[in-house]
Amino acid sequence: MGKRKDFSGYLFILPALVIIVVFRFYPILQAIRMSFFKWGMAGPLYTVGLKNFGRLFIDPKFYQSLGNTFWYVIFVVPLTIIFSIYFAQLLNQKIRGRGAYRTIYYLPVVTSIVAISVVWKWLFNPDRGVLNAIFGLFGLEGLKWLNDARGLFEILLAPLNVEPSGFFAGPSIALCALIIMAVWHNIGYCVIIALAGLQNVPEQYYEAAKIDGASTWKTFRHVTIPLISPTIFYLLITQSIFAFNIFTPVYVMTQPPGGPLGTTKLVVFYLYEQAFKLWNLGYANAIAFVIFIIIFILTQFQKKFIERRVHYE
Amino acid sequence: MNKKYPVHILLALGAFWMLLPFFWMISTSLKTQIEALKFPPTIFPRVLMFSNYLEAFRQVDFSRYFLNTIIMTAGTTCLVFITSILAAYAFARLRFWGRDLFFTLFLAMMMIPVPVYLAPSYVILSRFGWIDTFLALIIPWSANVFAIFLLRQHFKTIPQELFDAAKIDGLNQFQIITRIVVPLSKAVLITIGIFQIVSNWNAFLWPLIVTHSDSMRTVQTGLAYFAQAESTNYPLLCAASTFITAPLIIMYFFVQKQIMESYARTGLKE
Repeated sequence: MGKRKDFSGYLFILPALVIIVVFRFYPILQAIRMSFFKWGMAGPLYTVGLKNFGRLFIDPKFYQSLGNTFWYVIFVVPLTIIFSIYFAQLLNQKIRGRGAYRTIYYLPVVTSIVAISVVWKWLFNPDRGVLNAIFGLFGLEGLKWLNDARGLFEILLAPLNVEPSGFFAGPSIALCALIIMAVWHNIGYCVIIALAGLQNVPEQYYEAAKIDGASTWKTFRHVTIPLISPTIFYLLITQSIFAFNIFTPVYVMTQPPGGPLGTTKLVVFYLYEQAFKLWNLGYANAIAFVIFIIIFILTQFQKKFIERRVHYE
Repeated sequence: MNKKYPVHILLALGAFWMLLPFFWMISTSLKTQIEALKFPPTIFPRVLMFSNYLEAFRQVDFSRYFLNTIIMTAGTTCLVFITSILAAYAFARLRFWGRDLFFTLFLAMMMIPVPVYLAPSYVILSRFGWIDTFLALIIPWSANVFAIFLLRQHFKTIPQELFDAAKIDGLNQFQIITRIVVPLSKAVLITIGIFQIVSNWNAFLWPLIVTHSDSMRTVQTGLAYFAQAESTNYPLLCAASTFITAPLIIMYFFVQKQIMESYARTGLKE
């Protein structure tokens, strides 16, 4: 290897390097710097030190958005994974139309989330929506869906005369609508991943379980689950990060955005609102910093597992 | 085995639930506004109002939005191919000081969630004077660390003998890339291409932030705008949603296997 060749390496990475430094690396440094300033798009810049963070700690709207996001992630991720493993299990056998089912389940994954949000808003329409029409077929009373700020636990515990409020009221019915849509949207991707995991389980294990006379549930619990646990863990982490970053449905479906009563305001939407509606860019960066910390912790787990997956190929 | 009926019933129920929104979108898109607002609703439209599609196109400038999205998708995809093939080749095959350090730096950038660099990117783009231009839509996304990562892994598997033979034949680095490396990497390049097309076509938050004027809207920001402007005209909204999702769904039916594989590989969406 001569000196000339050493130089060509830099030349080859240069285009990518310039883009990544200017549009990824530098913005992050800038984000850290900006979070210490009061920063609007116009007008002077004030150094406020840690005040943006101080304000964050006493901002009830920020806490509400974190609480909403918590409920959203806590419901969306396990529901998606449980349903997808269940359907993957059903699909992991020789049955007719298997390919067609896979195609159908996967369809929402390639559909734009804006279009999906527009359509689901129509399905959730309290007066004219098809979901309430289906409820009606079963003699059930329709819900107000996206207009209902009542918490899920508040409703469920009402007969017991328990009245949880605030965070403990759980996700509002409006947020539950977003949760239902998200599960619908993500399930196809998770089914495909779970199916790949299930197909890696050697047939002998199932045969051995059969000979031992294990029931379907016992086989599933003690053979399948442990053997696909890396897949489950991978889904858990990636889906959590994905759910944490959700923005579009809030923007498109809720009225006013983040409503009713701020119960669908997820943390990324709150950041968007602070940065690009109110132009509090410094404050928005403080929010971004908290998002980063939370996602960083999640990514640390993920990294290990993605690397392991890549080795398999 | 005749005991598969319950399985089929469960799978069919799942399929019904997955298809219901799509069916309802298409069905509503062909109804008159009066019929769409009937409750309980009619399942199939009584008169097929194909004119809803033309009407949606007439109300806002969707042809412009389509053109913008195609320019954005084509621009980022081409540039990502160029930047990542070059960088991945250097990381996999060339020796230079700091190579692993740069590669680690690149990988580290993957861990930063998008919300973190929204506000500072906006400030940088407005200093460049790029806000509301194609430059803002394309250039920040013209390098893709994951694409570099995938290609690097693949380039490492190409046998050394091929490179030695190429050098004996007197090929320079660029010729090695175009004549040997690229033809041997079709599968990975297709994966990257599909991922680029899907994520650009469906991109929303970034175009929403970096463009303002109507003539710069993409299909997604255009649809969101249309949904706010015509919030109760569901036949038109469903017609617009249908023709915005149609291109990818048609593509999906042709390259389904590749799409599933590329998403399984690339993991996170958006």
